[in-house]
Amino acid sequence: MALRRDWVYENNGGTCVAIAGSDYCVIAADTRLSVGYSIYTREFSKICNLADKCVLATSGFQGDMKALQKNLAARHLIYQHQHNKQMSCPAMAQLLSNTLYYKRFFPYYTFNILGGLDSNGKGCVFTYDAVGSYERVGYSAQGTGAGLIIPVLDNQLKSPSPLLLPAKDAVTPLSEAEAVDLVKDVFASATERDIYTGDKVEIVVINASGIRQELMELRKD
Amino acid sequence: MMELDLSGFESCPLFPGGVVADHGENPLAAASFQLPACSDFDGFQKDAIQMTKPAKGTTTLAFVFKEGVIVAADSRATMGGYISSQSVKKIVEINPHMLGTIAGGAADCQFWHRNLGIKCRLHELANKRRISVTGASKLLANILYSYKGMGLSVGTMIAGWDEKGPGLYYVDNEGGRLKGTRFSVGSGSPYAYGVLDSGYQFNMSVEEAAELARRAIYHATFHDGASGGVASVYHVGPQGWKKLSGDDVGELHYKYYPMILTPTEQEMADTSAA
Repeated sequence: MALRRDWVYENNGGTCVAIAGSDYCVIAADTRLSVGYSIYTREFSKICNLADKCVLATSGFQGDMKALQKNLAARHLIYQHQHNKQMSCPAMAQLLSNTLYYKRFFPYYTFNILGGLDSNGKGCVFTYDAVGSYERVGYSAQGTGAGLIIPVLDNQLKSPSPLLLPAKDAVTPLSEAEAVDLVKDVFASATERDIYTGDKVEIVVINASGIRQELMELRKD
Repeated sequence: MMELDLSGFESCPLFPGGVVADHGENPLAAASFQLPACSDFDGFQKDAIQMTKPAKGTTTLAFVFKEGVIVAADSRATMGGYISSQSVKKIVEINPHMLGTIAGGAADCQFWHRNLGIKCRLHELANKRRISVTGASKLLANILYSYKGMGLSVGTMIAGWDEKGPGLYYVDNEGGRLKGTRFSVGSGSPYAYGVLDSGYQFNMSVEEAAELARRAIYHATFHDGASGGVASVYHVGPQGWKKLSGDDVGELHYKYYPMILTPTEQEMADTSAA
């Protein structure tokens, strides 16, 4: 609760994860919204479909998340009117970075992951800090459970850095079904040890055929 | 865009010096920075930085020598004690003849370097020739000076080859701008300076210079917890920049770490070499 007149932020908890594959992208987030030790709702979606091939998952302060999503959706609509096509995922990634940075002195308290397919149909995941610094990666986790999840993903998925020269190929070896299973496993594990993660996990999979969504139950305690 | 105020927050009067968002204005007009409406701006910024913990901590270096400029950096980003990434690009390509390095706040550096790249391109279009390193570094320094005191964290080097030959400038968020021949920036810079300064000679070949830079980065990542990942080395010559190497510092350890072998280990090394 904002008791200080000048402190307007709140951490609503929750975790987001995304994994990019050679021709798919899996984005997942839990559905719990908390304030302090209370759970306000168990059915809150942290995922927003910005475009055909582009999905945003956000953890942090959900008030800022809603404002940010609306902002991006509006800008995307303008782009579609002006260019007669959907924004590509890398373009949306740059837009999100700029949107976040323009609030550099009054930040969006959001930790975002943008997932989708790039113009070549390959999966891409972009991970952000709160003020807009971003990087394209093969997988990412943000939010209260990220510290529990990232080491597991590093262990299963770690691929050679794109900065290496001579370059080593960095395609995730997992198939789509294996990636979804891995996401379910990491969420189940994070739920065990993070009080802000639980209830349900919403999993969105983007591939050439489109976007599909599934929900999995998690521990509610 | 700033003009789309969806929060209703702007109905409160802003403190003097703050930016007022015009509700009726074109949402595609150039955005400006919104500022929080509070009495203690500095305290707010301190708390906001604490809360959002932007990624920083680094080692970067650059030096001028006979054949041009060598630029090298690590690739680790930290948020407090957490390593948020091991593959951050800290050497940004402003244009095919100019490089910039990132140290400090990752978002600040990424944004302002991209902005600098845009300004350099506009300069080329307006003046029909490429901007000098002096000019580019001045553009960036002036922008950073205008945000002095607002909490930006930028420690960057602009390296390039223009009509006057190789150029290297250090620019930071205080508004400082220094021309020089050898710089290292970041939490690992003291360690890098040690290796760089003792091994530097103006008359080096490109390979020797790259080797010196790689070693300096390696030693910095060894001692500094906030540096690590991949050591990238670039060379800027009269033809433009070229990436020379990108090596995992974990691998470089086996090449560069000075090891005094025990007699048994020495014997084993000798027999396997024989």
